Amino acid sequence: MAATQEEIVAGLADIVNEIAGIPVEDVQLDKSFTDDLDVDSLSMVEVVVAAEERFDVKIPDDDVKNLKTVGDATEYILKHQA
Amino acid sequence: MSSTNRTVVVTGIGATTPLGGDAASTWEGLIAGRSGVGPLEQEWAADQAVRIAAQIAVEPTEVIPRPQARRLDRSAQFALIAAKEAWADAGFTDRAGEGADVDPDRLGAVIASGIGGVTTLLDQYDVLKEKGVRRVSPHTVPMLMPNGPSANVGLLVGARAGVHTPVSACASGAEAIGYAIEMIRTGRADIVVAGGTEAAIHPLPIAAFGNMMAMSKNNDDPQGASRPYDVGRDGFVLGEGAGVIVLESAEHAARRGARVYAEAVGQGISADGHDIVQPEPEGRGISHALQNLLDNTDLDPAEIVHVNAHATSTPAGDIAELKALRKVFGDDTDHMAVSGTKSMTGHLLGGAGGVESVATVLALYHRVAPPTINVENLDPEAEANADVVRGEARKLPVEGRIAALNDSFGFGGHNVVLAFRTPLCG
Repeated sequence: MAATQEEIVAGLADIVNEIAGIPVEDVQLDKSFTDDLDVDSLSMVEVVVAAEERFDVKIPDDDVKNLKTVGDATEYILKHQA
Repeated sequence: MSSTNRTVVVTGIGATTPLGGDAASTWEGLIAGRSGVGPLEQEWAADQAVRIAAQIAVEPTEVIPRPQARRLDRSAQFALIAAKEAWADAGFTDRAGEGADVDPDRLGAVIASGIGGVTTLLDQYDVLKEKGVRRVSPHTVPMLMPNGPSANVGLLVGARAGVHTPVSACASGAEAIGYAIEMIRTGRADIVVAGGTEAAIHPLPIAAFGNMMAMSKNNDDPQGASRPYDVGRDGFVLGEGAGVIVLESAEHAARRGARVYAEAVGQGISADGHDIVQPEPEGRGISHALQNLLDNTDLDPAEIVHVNAHATSTPAGDIAELKALRKVFGDDTDHMAVSGTKSMTGHLLGGAGGVESVATVLALYHRVAPPTINVENLDPEAEANADVVRGEARKLPVEGRIAALNDSFGFGGHNVVLAFRTPLCG
């Protein structure tokens, strides 16, 4: 069953917490991975791989650069999840 | 700044070792003659011929926050912990250029490791095989590269004068400190954070060293297994951890009123040119390094009262080193208290020169030589050549200027001897 927007944000919050140590409540739709959440380019790859596993979605490298905010990622996953 | 023969001093120390999570607890363990060796209780150890090691006393993940720790190889974690302690011990609270009274362009870092990020390399290969290409960590390369620890320490303190990683197996840590001394002596830097680190307790290195017949298989008595100079010694015990010191030009240290532990007098370096792993049995290469030390510095053998020996507890190596001391220093060898601290810490490979430099500097500072433990039957060839400190720590002369050596030798025939001396003013 496809995940809801709330479930995706909560899942991304867990992932960002694990990888960057940011408190889950700080991971909001409008937050930028790089500027707000301490996720650098290498860690972004980790976030993407973890999100692919969790939400059963493929995020090609070419699309990763468009995922600037938690909202961008959430929308992408909503649209592309299996 | 243009001077090419500046005096170099030690103004900070840090360590994380099998004896303790910092330099003070490590020193306490050394002086008490405590062994840091224990059984390997990991599941993978069950079918190893060697099932003992000197594992770290304080796990780095208890000290480094998890998001930072998960992108650092274990060897870099050790190096950062030791460097952070040394940097603070030298009196700095911030990075260079961000509050600390240090010009970042005059600050260097030289941290070595013998093997580099071997656990990262092997663990990520397991990930590749078991979970596929996509799951290999994007942090793998900066984690496994041998210059990872030095680069991370350089970033920690804000070093821009140069960040280096000499690699010479078990001499690596000492070579790093020697390199750092030269950076300051020749005017390239005013301060250099230097030392060695190693994290190689993993089934592959243990199996490989074990199959070389280089390691002790005394699994029934872990604490008695590392026994340099004892007739029953049967190889080294692998250890892990890091030791880091802050080296500084004497003028720079005086200008900021820093505490000076010791003068870093200099180094002697040579290569055996004999065999890829076997030590030259008469210690000719080591003699050459010791002679270079005397030729290149103003060190007087009469001042040398202590030697932190390489002494890994292998049958051939321990004696070759003592023969070399006797050959170069003659009767002066009689007043040198020789300590084999690997009897307590195990052999930290590239970390050894770092940890043992910390021990050597503290031995001068406190004027006490740590013991060699587990020497029940002193090898007659050791007794004939040197005065081995056995069983208990020994006081060094309470007055006058005294000096000490730290020897490190590595597979490949690398020989590095470092000399430290009590400072003129203290």
